[in-house]
Amino acid sequence: MTPDQIIFLISAVLILVSALMVVITHNLVHAALWLVAALFGVAVLFAILNASFLAVVQVVVYIGAIAVLFVFAVMLTRKELRDRGTQTRANWWIPALLGVLILAGLAYLILGQPDVSRTAPAIPAGVDTLRALGTALVSPDGYALPFEAASVLLLAALVGAVYVAVGRRS
Amino acid sequence: MILAAALFCIGLFGVLSRKNAIAILLGIELMLNAVNINLVAFWRYLDPSRMAGQVFAIIVFATAAAEVAVGLALIISVYRRRSTILADEIDLMKW
Amino acid sequence: MNFWNDPINFIADWLRGLLTSRGMTTGLSTVILFFIGIVVLIIFAMMLDIFLVWVERKVVARFQDRLGPNRIGPFGLIQPFADIIKLVIKEDITPAGADKLVYNMAPVLAMASVILLWAILPLASKIYGVDLNVAVLYLVAAGALGTLSIIMAGWSSNNKYALLGAFRMVANMISYEVPMVVTLLIPTILANTMSVKGITDAQHSVWFVILSPLGMMIFLISAIAELGRAPFDLNEAESEIVAGFHIEYTGMKFGLFYAGELLHAFTFGGFVAMLYFGGYGVFGLEKFLPFLQAPLVSALIFLAKAMVGYWVIMWVKYSMPRIRIDHLLAFNWKFLTPLSLVVLCVTAIASKLLSGSPTWLVAMVMFLANVVIAWLTIEILRGVGRRQRKVEEHLTSPSSPLVRHGSE
Repeated sequence: MTPDQIIFLISAVLILVSALMVVITHNLVHAALWLVAALFGVAVLFAILNASFLAVVQVVVYIGAIAVLFVFAVMLTRKELRDRGTQTRANWWIPALLGVLILAGLAYLILGQPDVSRTAPAIPAGVDTLRALGTALVSPDGYALPFEAASVLLLAALVGAVYVAVGRRS
Repeated sequence: MILAAALFCIGLFGVLSRKNAIAILLGIELMLNAVNINLVAFWRYLDPSRMAGQVFAIIVFATAAAEVAVGLALIISVYRRRSTILADEIDLMKW
Repeated sequence: MNFWNDPINFIADWLRGLLTSRGMTTGLSTVILFFIGIVVLIIFAMMLDIFLVWVERKVVARFQDRLGPNRIGPFGLIQPFADIIKLVIKEDITPAGADKLVYNMAPVLAMASVILLWAILPLASKIYGVDLNVAVLYLVAAGALGTLSIIMAGWSSNNKYALLGAFRMVANMISYEVPMVVTLLIPTILANTMSVKGITDAQHSVWFVILSPLGMMIFLISAIAELGRAPFDLNEAESEIVAGFHIEYTGMKFGLFYAGELLHAFTFGGFVAMLYFGGYGVFGLEKFLPFLQAPLVSALIFLAKAMVGYWVIMWVKYSMPRIRIDHLLAFNWKFLTPLSLVVLCVTAIASKLLSGSPTWLVAMVMFLANVVIAWLTIEILRGVGRRQRKVEEHLTSPSSPLVRHGSE
């Protein structure tokens, strides 16, 4: 087994176990921390797939900002420090069955494809993926329009979040 | 890809079966991450010289960040009004 | 390649030869070599950390006009070891209501987020952990992990002062990441690459501090705020909330937080040295004195520059009073972020317009642009201050209707 495959298996196990703990665990703060573990596993996966910029951005944006936001929100929306009562609904076996069925269906579809397990083609030498990504994001015949649209979306989210959270003070 | 599908289904289970609104958002984050894994895997395995996969993944990042920010702000403001964030008890719009 | 030109590869090849001659495959021996390299780097960082404890205590003593530890060993050099022994033999208390796993993981994560930074710090042109092409962003990512460890520590201590301290500290760190990222982009633009080795090599003709002194100052300020050191040290405000998020930590866990903070300060000193002051190179002199290119000598040069940066950070810490949390956040969002964005835009435009000119012209133009921006900022601040003073005078002058005298 190549070291790439070993690392992929380790990070896959980490991601799946953390994700299961996120949706099962009783304590919400633990759930947010298991989410951090899952996100870190995803970052490792991105690094193996040669998407180095995405791996680092995943850590910075998801773990550094979004997970921190989740932890803050969990801490700010409780009347006492412990969780009480059950955290899952009474009929939790319906979503579990649904999840398993969908997973089985997707796995069947995926494995039925012709070239499902092949090794990755080598990155053509001399192509600097980072530089190509940067050029693609801002060049007019690249993806400048989605880039600008995403920044407008972020601005709208910023204004909206501030307005909703601050409420009417005036 | 099976990993991404499994992650997506776990997220789906989390969204549908948890009571706390923040836990539902956690499940949504897992689903978005699964989508990202798929995008980057496709980019790497099919054609690493075109940047569409990575750009799409970055836009998904930005969308997820925006949605989490607004969602959490909404949850906090609902908590201020109704002192609860269990999805069962926020039922003003039910008949 | 002999030992003097390329020490790391030389040792690696020798070890690999040693391992494969006993019948190990090259794959496995490479993995073992990586592990050995990681362990050696961590050991080096931790030994440096011990030395930094001594430096800190001596320097703070001199700033405060006293001698510092001088009993144990010559000049008190064995003092850090005495500190370590004391921390290790202390009783290891976990508070009753604390979340055990999270409580114990938090100091480990805090130290880990600092040691992760040593992977990209280039000590010399041939001695470095790994040459990432996104190293500048990796710096921000490791800071994000540090933020997480602080929340974990504050929450799991089951103590409302710890939680308050953690909240304030995290608000501090997240806010100051914005000007830090913006000023990290300035050397990236000037060097056309995000890899730290590329940035250091691009400074062989002129240091970036001359091209952008404002960028260096803003990076230093936001780095000091990220570290959580004074004057931004609300977390450790002994007179206010008694050590903030690490109230409940004793013994070696507190030692990990404390030593981690010192190592973080030194690492950021190293980053300032590398991004703005030329890293392991002394400009131009390498051509004349070839021995300066030897990796061990340039590593010493880099460590000397990092120590100067660390000394500046300590100087600021022991000379300035603490800043209040609302002043701190207002300073960031109303002053540092717009200023750093303006400097970034001006640097980007100037660097593009002057891309073909000789170095001295580029240096002069950028330096003058920075001076102009600084002067404009000071003028704006003076105007704002003048207006505020007028409003206050109006409110408290004797003829104002808002001020009543005793008998009316």
